[in-house]
This record gives sequence, structure tokens and C-alpha cells, in this order.
Amino acid sequence: MSNVAALEAKNLELWYGNFQALRGISMVIPRNQITSIIGPSGCGKSSLLRCFNRMNDLIMGSKVKGEVLFDGRNIYATGIDPTEIRYRIGMVFQKPNPFPKSIFDNAAFGPRVNGIRGNIEEIVEHALRRAALWDEVKDRLRRGAMELSGGQQQRLCIARALALEPEVILMDEPCSALDPVATIKIEDLMKSLAEDYTIVIVTHNMQQAARVSDMAAFFMMDTDRAGILVEYGTTTEIFTNPKDKRTEDYITGRFG
Amino acid sequence: MLRSYVNSAKTTVDKSSLSLRRVRSQTRLRESVIQRLLLACALLSIFTTIGIVVMLLVQAAGFFSEVSILDFFTGTKWAPLFQPQHFGVLPLVGGTLLTAGIAILVALPIGLASAIYLSEYARDRVRRVVKPLLEILAGIPTVVYGYFALTFVTPVLQNIFPNMIVFNALSAGLVMGVMIIPMVSSLSEDAMVAVPRSLRDAAYGLGATRLEVATRVVMPAAISGIVAAFILALSRAFGETMIVALAAGSTPKLTLNPLESIQTMTAYIVQISLGETPHGTTEYYTIYAVGLLLFVMTLLMNLFSQWFVRRHRERY
Amino acid sequence: MKNDLAFKRRLRIRQLQGSSFKVLFLSASLIGIFALAILLVDVLKDGIGWLDWQFITSYPSRKPQEAGILSALFGTLWVMVLTALFSFPVGVGAAIYLEEYAPDNRLRRFIQTNINNLAGVPSIVYGLLGLTLFVQALAMGRSVLAGALTLTLMSLPVIIIAAQEAIRSVPEAHRFGAHALGASRWQVVRHIVLPSALPGVLTGTILAMSRAIGEAAPMIAISALVYLTFIPISPLDRFTVLPIQIFNWVSRPQEEFWHLAAAGIIVLLIVLLSMNAVAILLRNRYQKRTEE
Repeated sequence: MSNVAALEAKNLELWYGNFQALRGISMVIPRNQITSIIGPSGCGKSSLLRCFNRMNDLIMGSKVKGEVLFDGRNIYATGIDPTEIRYRIGMVFQKPNPFPKSIFDNAAFGPRVNGIRGNIEEIVEHALRRAALWDEVKDRLRRGAMELSGGQQQRLCIARALALEPEVILMDEPCSALDPVATIKIEDLMKSLAEDYTIVIVTHNMQQAARVSDMAAFFMMDTDRAGILVEYGTTTEIFTNPKDKRTEDYITGRFG
Repeated sequence: MLRSYVNSAKTTVDKSSLSLRRVRSQTRLRESVIQRLLLACALLSIFTTIGIVVMLLVQAAGFFSEVSILDFFTGTKWAPLFQPQHFGVLPLVGGTLLTAGIAILVALPIGLASAIYLSEYARDRVRRVVKPLLEILAGIPTVVYGYFALTFVTPVLQNIFPNMIVFNALSAGLVMGVMIIPMVSSLSEDAMVAVPRSLRDAAYGLGATRLEVATRVVMPAAISGIVAAFILALSRAFGETMIVALAAGSTPKLTLNPLESIQTMTAYIVQISLGETPHGTTEYYTIYAVGLLLFVMTLLMNLFSQWFVRRHRERY
Repeated sequence: MKNDLAFKRRLRIRQLQGSSFKVLFLSASLIGIFALAILLVDVLKDGIGWLDWQFITSYPSRKPQEAGILSALFGTLWVMVLTALFSFPVGVGAAIYLEEYAPDNRLRRFIQTNINNLAGVPSIVYGLLGLTLFVQALAMGRSVLAGALTLTLMSLPVIIIAAQEAIRSVPEAHRFGAHALGASRWQVVRHIVLPSALPGVLTGTILAMSRAIGEAAPMIAISALVYLTFIPISPLDRFTVLPIQIFNWVSRPQEEFWHLAAAGIIVLLIVLLSMNAVAILLRNRYQKRTEE
């Protein structure tokens, strides 16, 4: 089961205007595993993540070539609404970005806009429990989400994504704005979520990638600053026995 | 940082020649004179406010020594120029509310929708064309809008409502609405543009469409700015003078029928300013009583909108 | 797969909603511009035939064919020049005080709130102030001076706020740099802050002035409706301005006077639009320079 592809990039290229941000990316993201995307800053890690749920569509002048297969369909094929893709692929951002609404309304946002039938209260409770936040907030669901701590806010953002029961969750450096204790909580949460979901995480933090991920992809900038995939394999391989000299240099801290 | 610079300067002065010391003391004198002058400029605004308040209170006192405040605020007939005189301000307030209400009904939906378009949909190129044009709309003198209401909009409306008379609240209110569209639009757009991108990303990431992002995330997050824009626009409509003086008529009347001729507080002040009402008479002092009421109403609205923005400043 | 069918059906409705509201929002943005176009066309159509040299060089008259705007045009110029002379230095001075001198204390906040409120006072109230204070109490009569002082008080808040914004946009590092070279506070303002804030200040002032000279309400309170057949030559002379003259003509029942009003509006709009054009040019040049 674990070898089934959740997402597959096929010769993916991305431009912002005249600037090529990604070149020739081909990789298979296995289902129900955590795949980490690592590499020096500016190498297109986040851009790649944003290709997986068509968030790049929102940036003017962006252009994608190649394919991203999701459920065997190319999400960039004509006639596919990015809304549907984002409904089925959740995203968690660098800085916690809860809406300035109540905790409940944050978690209920996705089901509400997408018109999901069923008991919203149950959906919210389930999502908050799954994000290990329920016990901390169950008595103050109607209070503002901005009152929560940074770590709680980020777990709320994860719960908000979970409320849509996505098949894949994309996480863009989800712990970079958090303290170590909150970071550990999110990492534990990711591991428990991997039982049911496919997770792709972009991270700056080598240790984090080594701690949580099953697969690791190492990205770098080409000479024209376009991001390229240097090496992709199991996390153990990448961290203990990298095949590419550049991966080894980066892992051992020689640059980046 | 500044203080440490001044101290070190002092020590150099002590060591240096007499002439340098003289230059320094001249500098200090000049600096303090300039500072006082600048302070005086800033204080002029305080004196202006005091001037307005004192002027209105003193002159209105002349009026309220003749007419009871109760009659002024509860009377439903305003006829200071005819015998028997009536000094009930409600018809003027009613006329003001009616025209301002029509204006807001026009300007709020249109201004808000155009703010959403400019902030959430429009490409840069469109924005660069539309915004300056709206600025021009905001810069047209109100007397021009008055002309437009009377000579263009009223005849058009008379085709639709054949019974409508030339001077009416509807035409003035509609044109006033057009006049304040840019105000509603640009203030609301400012509030929406200030909503951080990360919130929009979050909503898009959850599968929201552009419309849902705009109406369910951006607008609620910008609501304090939008409310402030609404109040400021309403206050502007209350104080607007030329359109109503030219197009709405001069018959104070408590009515909700926009096809009738009415008179607003501002138009009344203009009417008396133009006429030959002798100074010192009660009729003459009415403009200060009406002016005072207008000033207090708009001031309260401005203060409220500032307080509202401060109170509900969004923390993203 | 989760309830895909329901989602898809709803998605189609949402897409439809999205595109129809987009059209709605776009048309809302165009309504204002559309109204502007109608207004301009209407005014041009009504007035262009009456706009000629004789109209510019004649005094108002009871006979529409002989009437012109000479006294109003000169009155507007007089008021504009005097108002600019009074309001620019005082407005910039106040802005400098608030941004560069005032400590962040209650007085400063009070002045600031006060300025914001003054910007929202209806123009007719300024007219009453001018009438009571300048025309009557200070015995200036219904003169150019009284009119200019009234417009000065009215436009000061706008000028101060614009000047403050321009001054605030001067990078703090420039000030520190000058202070580090031993410049006094005024020297920093004079040589560092003002030169780079000047285009912004000028833009704001010009826009405020163009608002002020288009104002009819306060001027009517000051000048009343006069029938002037001379050009004011001293600040204490009686005067009329374009907006008053236009108001006068519009409020006549005869349609010929409406054409005169339209012609007067064209002249007024030309004056205002050229002022705005200058302001926009200044702003663009300034922006280009800061981008470099």
C-alpha cells in the first residue's frame, strides 16, 4: 500500500514571469508517508509545494509546464478547477495564519465554504481532536483564535485543514515560527497523522527532516537559480548514504 | 542618541574658542525661536476648533435666548421667515437624513463592490487606470454636481416619475451618492489591501473561491475600516451643501417621500446667507443654531469612526 | 472517495456565483467612471457653445449673451494665491512640528485628533466661522482677505495631514546621518527632511488648494451673491469666485443662464484639472526619483 503514489510530478517546470523557479522535477510522493523537501533557501522548495495544490495560480505571471498527477489525473489539465484540488489537498503555512474569527469558525471554515453536509460541530470536534488541540480549547471554542499561543494557532491551522478530510497535507516549514516545545508537539502530531494522510513537508531544519520523514528530496539551485531535484530517496539513504556529492556536502553542513 | 550628541557638543565647545561658543549660542537661540514658531503653527488648529465652538455657541446662545431648546428639538415645523414663526428643526434634520440616506444607499454597495474589485480582482494595469479616474470624480466641485443633479438627473427622473417636481430629494441624494462613491471605495479598499496575504492564502488553501475569500475572509477582517468608511461618508453627506441647495429645494418638510421637495440643514444655512435677513434678529441667529447642530452631528460621527477603528483594530 | 458528487454539483454553482459577482464588482467600479463621463459630456454639451473670449473677458450681466466670468476668474485667482501664501507655510510648519519636534505626549495626540476632526467639519461651518470671525468681528468685510483666510482654515487640516505623510516617508537614516555630522535639529529639517519631502508636500498642497477653490458653500457665506463689475485690486475689496458665479447662474430659472453656468464649469474644471495634472506630474517624478 505504501508504494502507491499519492502525488506524482512529471517533468514539472515553473516560471514566475521570465524567471524559471523549477526545472525538470520528476518525483513520486508515496501515500501515507511523510516526505520532506530539503535544500538551501531560494531553491524552490516552497514553490514546488505550491505547485502541488495550484497555489501558484494566484501569483500573477506564474506558468507551469509538465504534469502533477493526483489520483491519476493531471491537476493542471484543462477544465480542472483549482478549488477542487485545494479542497482535496490541504496546506499548512510557515507562519500560523488563523482567521481573525473564533476557534470554531476557523475549524469550520473549510467545511462551510465547500458545503459539506453533516454535523459541523462533530466535524470540528473531530478535526480538533485529531490535531491534538481539543482538550486545550474545548471550553473556549467561541473565543478568538488570535488569543491562542503560536503553537496552538499552528495546530488550529492543521485542524482547519483536517476538517476537510484531505488526502494530502502540504506543510510549508510549519515549525519555523515556533519554539522548540511547540515544534516537538507538531512533529509528534505529524507522525500520528501519517497513519491516515500523506504529508509533504518543506523544512529548513535537517534534524526535523531526519526525525519525522520517511522520504527525503534534496533540492538545489541550478546556475540560473532555477530549482532542481538533486537526489530523492528514503530519509535513511539520504542522510546516511547520499549518492550525490552535493547532497553530502549539504547534509554535513558544508553549505546552505 | 540625540542627547548624547548634544552633550559631546558641549564638551567640545568648552575646549574651543570664544567665537565658536558665540556661534553655538546663536544657534541655540535660533533653534528655540524656530521651535516656538512651529509650535504656533500646530496650535493654530486648536485655536480653529476653539473658534468654531465658541462662535457657534455664542451666536446660538442668541437664538436659544429667544427660542426654547425643547421647541427647537421637538418642533415639527420650521418656518423662521414667516409669521407665525416656527423653529422646530426636525424637518431640516429629516431632509438631511433623507438625502444622506439615499446617497449612502447608492454609495455603500457600489463603493464596497468597487473596493472588492480593485483589491481582490483587478490587475495592476486596471487599477492604475480606474483609481485616478475615481480620484477625479472625488475632485469635482460640489457645485458642478449640483448643476448635474438639477439640469440632467432631474429631467431624466421626471421621465420615470412624471409627478415629480423639479426640486426633489431623490435627484440630490442620487448625485450625492455618486459623489461619495470614491470616498467609500478608496477607504474600504485601503482597509482590504491591509489584510495580510497569509489570510487569503489560508482560505484559498482550504478550497475557497475568489468570491468566498473576498466575502468570508477579507471583508470580515477589514470590517472596522469599512464601517469607518461608511460613517465618514455619511458624515460627508450630512455636511454636503451645494447639491442639496441647488437640487433638493427649500421647503422644510418632514417626509420620507424622496420625490418631494425638502430642505437640508446645510441648504437652509445657504439660503439665509444669500438673503437679506438682518443681523441680530432671531431669524438670523437660526443659522448658528442649525450650524451648531450640524457641527455636533458630524463631529460625533467622526469621533465615533476614529474610536471604532482604534477599538476594533484587527490583530492578524 | 468522499461525497464527490455533492461537492462537484455545488462547485458548479460556486463557479457560477464567482463569475457573476466578478461581473457585478467590475460594473460597480465602472459606474462611478460612467457617471463621470456623463457629467463631463453633459457639461461640455451645454456649455461649450457659450465658451468664448467674450465670456472670459466680460463681467456678469443680466443679459445672458453679454455675461462673462471676468470678475469671478480674477476673484478665484486672488483667493487662490492668498490662500496658498497663508496655508502652505503654516501647514508645513505644523506638520514639521508634529513629525520632527513634538514629543509623543498627550498634547501631540490631542493636536493630531483635533486636526483629523477639523478635516471632517462641513465646509459650510467654516463659512459661518469666516463670516462671524473675519467678516464681522475683525471687520474685514466681505473681502478677498476674509475669503482667503476662511479657505486657509478650511484647507489647513488637509495640507497638514498630507505634509505629515510626506515628512514621515523620509528615511530615518538620513536624519541620523545628518545629526551625526553635528547638524542641529532645524538644520536637519531644513537641509535633509524638507528637500526630500517637498514634492510630496507640494502635491498635497496643490490637491488641497484645488479642493478649496472649487468650494462654493463657505464662499457664499462670506461673499453672499454679489453682482460684481470690477476686478478686486486690493485684498480688502469685495470679490466673487467661479463657484459662486456658477451657483448664481444655476439657481436662475432661465435656461440661458444654465448654459452660462456650464461654460463657467468648463473653465473651473480646466483650472482644477491643470492643478491636478501638476500634482500628478510632481508625484510621478518624485516616485521615479525614489525608485532609483
